[in-house]
Amino acid sequence: MKAPPAAYRPRRDHLWFARTRNYTIFVLRELTSVFVAWSVVFLLLLADAVLGGRLAGFAALAAQPWMIALNVLALAATCFHAVTFLNLAPKATVVRLDGYRLPAWMIQGGNHSLWLAVSAVIAFFVLRGFH
Amino acid sequence: MTDTTQAVRQAAGTRTIRLEVARYRPGQDAEPVFQGYDVPLMSDWAVLDGLNYIKDQLDGSLSYRWSCRMGVCGSCGMTVNGEARLTCGTFLTEYGEGPVRIEPLKGFPVIRDLVVDIEEFLAKLTSVRPWLIREGEDPPLTAEYAQTPEQLEAYKQYSMCINCLLCYSACPVYVLDPDFLGPAAIALAQRYNLDSRDMGDRFDVLNQDDAVWGCTFVGECTKVCPKHVDPAEAIQRYKLTAALRSVLPWSRR
Repeated sequence: MKAPPAAYRPRRDHLWFARTRNYTIFVLRELTSVFVAWSVVFLLLLADAVLGGRLAGFAALAAQPWMIALNVLALAATCFHAVTFLNLAPKATVVRLDGYRLPAWMIQGGNHSLWLAVSAVIAFFVLRGFH
Repeated sequence: MTDTTQAVRQAAGTRTIRLEVARYRPGQDAEPVFQGYDVPLMSDWAVLDGLNYIKDQLDGSLSYRWSCRMGVCGSCGMTVNGEARLTCGTFLTEYGEGPVRIEPLKGFPVIRDLVVDIEEFLAKLTSVRPWLIREGEDPPLTAEYAQTPEQLEAYKQYSMCINCLLCYSACPVYVLDPDFLGPAAIALAQRYNLDSRDMGDRFDVLNQDDAVWGCTFVGECTKVCPKHVDPAEAIQRYKLTAALRSVLPWSRR
């Protein structure tokens, strides 16, 4: 008996992430993880400088134009990452109250509110230190 | 059909829309090529009606799958203008003057024209044992397992899956890694995991790199699902379950 012809296997689309807006946003979210990691490294360097008494040297490094540019970019990327990540939370968190499932906007709103509250507290203590 | 309806159809029939259909004829084509057909642009015609018109009136050699024509069987899933859609629920008028490009579902081997090979999916589906598993009993045929509305609600959403495979086609992870267990199989596993009558354990199948942990949460599976099943949610929920169970081995589900 003659074997049936092999099925056609499409070639891999190396530009798949550019085909739709949602794919592009997803890839950007993944790529911005690098800046989240950099932010963590920067904070660890800050903590190390404070504990080691090298704050002046760290401040001089942080004041370099390229470092400021990098951190501004990191801030924007981290915000993008945080917003898109928190918006996904309702997919992974199903909260039921007496049988009523909390709608996605409530979970998203709660996450963003908590984020803003924590940021405000940190900003309060940091900015107070300048006065 | 009334005379009025007939007249409307005849008037509409004077307008046409071009369908660019992917053709792949094994032994004849090295790779799919597009072939254009002009079909009547009826206001109540879905893309599937256009394909049926081609099959019946223009080119009987065109191959594609369809069955119920009412969004239940899941057979007629294809890529329409780049999006994974059920062609029986996608109307030609959505595309204005056209043309409408119709291709097979992405990520699957193409057997012929718009027909894809779903054997690998069926094997994956079987691997999650998508049926009620009962242990240690041999109930009489008349046995019933009552459920409360809350118990039904816990899994009902996932039970709406019709295996149309649009979620696989929209999932870039599956397209890049065909070994990925995929959205529908995991959603159906969750359908039974969350069923109060089920006593099965699917942890070993789901807690794998190629299963729930392979998902990078693009979320397109949920967007394209015609039955609003939300496979992305099913996967993320099981990630939490699997993580908790890894930390607390005595916990279950």
